[in-house]
Amino acid sequence: MLEALRLIVSGDPTLFEIVSLSLRVSGIALVISTALGIPGGVLLGLNRFAGRRLAVTAIYTGMAFPPVVIGLFVYLMLSRSGPLGSHNWPLIPALFTPAAMIVAQVIIAFPLVAGFTMAAVTGVDPALRLQVRALGASKWQGTWAVLDEARIGVIAAVVAGFGGIISEVGAVMIVGGNIEGRTRVLTTAIVLETSKGNFDLAIALGIILVSIAFLTNFIVVRLQGRSF
Amino acid sequence: MTHNPQPMTDARDGNRPLAAPAAAPDTAPGAEVLYTVRHVTKRYEGRTVLDVARLDIRRGEILAIIGPSGMGKSTFLRLLNFLEPPTTGEIRFRGVVFDGSQEAPLALRRRVTTVFQQPVLLRRTVAANVGYGLRLRGQSDRADRIHAALDEVGLGRLAGQPARTLSGGEAQRVALARAMILRPDALLLDEPTANLDPYNVGLIEQIVARLNREQGTTIVLVTHNVFQAKRLAQRVALMLEGRIVEVDEAGPFFDSPRDPRTAAFVRGEMIY
Repeated sequence: MLEALRLIVSGDPTLFEIVSLSLRVSGIALVISTALGIPGGVLLGLNRFAGRRLAVTAIYTGMAFPPVVIGLFVYLMLSRSGPLGSHNWPLIPALFTPAAMIVAQVIIAFPLVAGFTMAAVTGVDPALRLQVRALGASKWQGTWAVLDEARIGVIAAVVAGFGGIISEVGAVMIVGGNIEGRTRVLTTAIVLETSKGNFDLAIALGIILVSIAFLTNFIVVRLQGRSF
Repeated sequence: MTHNPQPMTDARDGNRPLAAPAAAPDTAPGAEVLYTVRHVTKRYEGRTVLDVARLDIRRGEILAIIGPSGMGKSTFLRLLNFLEPPTTGEIRFRGVVFDGSQEAPLALRRRVTTVFQQPVLLRRTVAANVGYGLRLRGQSDRADRIHAALDEVGLGRLAGQPARTLSGGEAQRVALARAMILRPDALLLDEPTANLDPYNVGLIEQIVARLNREQGTTIVLVTHNVFQAKRLAQRVALMLEGRIVEVDEAGPFFDSPRDPRTAAFVRGEMIY
């Protein structure tokens, strides 16, 4: 335990690299999932169109999907003999790269962000849309007003997305391969170090992971607390 | 068809509040018309909830539309605010015809606003709520205008409070200030005092009367309360099952109604 703390405090370069890659991969995945998930959730929450029910069911299923299966799916897609990996297209990432891990994490986080955003905007009083339109809001301004009213729920949606991917191990293990110095992140490192009996390092990594989760949620609660 | 041929000369002006003539006590038939409603119907899933053959709303008047609830009055106000298109017929407003073939232009919709029975305030401060409509229009929500509007409704001291903490009467007065600050051509009031205590009812009626008298704002008031219509309106219409049964100056409407149903409703004898 003491050795674990010493590792953290001393700023071990290997440790730093793992933490930094974790934050980069999950951070980028979260930005992409948020950019897609919030508009997607608003679209599903505020509109009635053909196929909406099917889309909602798909989102809910995605929210509960085991990450390890998503990892397997992405692996098969991106592998050299897979439907996407065999063409060497410039925008399709290769397996065992951070980019492939980001793809898997986006697929995990997107339904979480979209689903919780949808729930949040659906919970806003429908009379509010009518009222803001009566006050002269355009379509976009009206949608923005609803999103703004639902902001506590929308922030929670983004947090849920982040929580889902920063702590996830199965998918990044499969598509990233846990390669030292290239695709090793906090969760995969914990698995490895534990299996090697290297408990001090595993504990240090665990403490960092929990601290990251705590810190982000602490900031978010502060943000929510300031809204009326 | 049109009994009022007077042209509307101010249709070009999209933003500046108009120097509307003060409401004449006897709104003569020659008064300028703000809304011309012709053969307007509204159907939901095959059911006709509104069927107004003709109605002119004069600039600067307070017109009360009375009748029991569920008779299409609120639907009519949504049409007058261009929030929904009519199924058939047309509404002419400031020289622009709105017949539901396309969405009303935003600039036109922004000349009208509605205060609903339930005030829906945004999760912000009272001052931010009052300035909301100005911000939608890209106008800076100048603090002095907001404070003037809040003072108008007697709530200047609450400017910095979260709007969700207000009582029902205060919230409705904030909603009224939020509408008044826009200086609309027409202010539509949908049962604005139905849930309020007598003190707040009195305050809101005073504010509305003053707004009409001093700014010349045209006001369409929907209410099931005959006494409120009597206190405020210069003209009154009775709406039953989506149709206007009778419309007249307030005096004759209450004293010598032509339609027996009006007489019954005014006496409080109509049972629905």
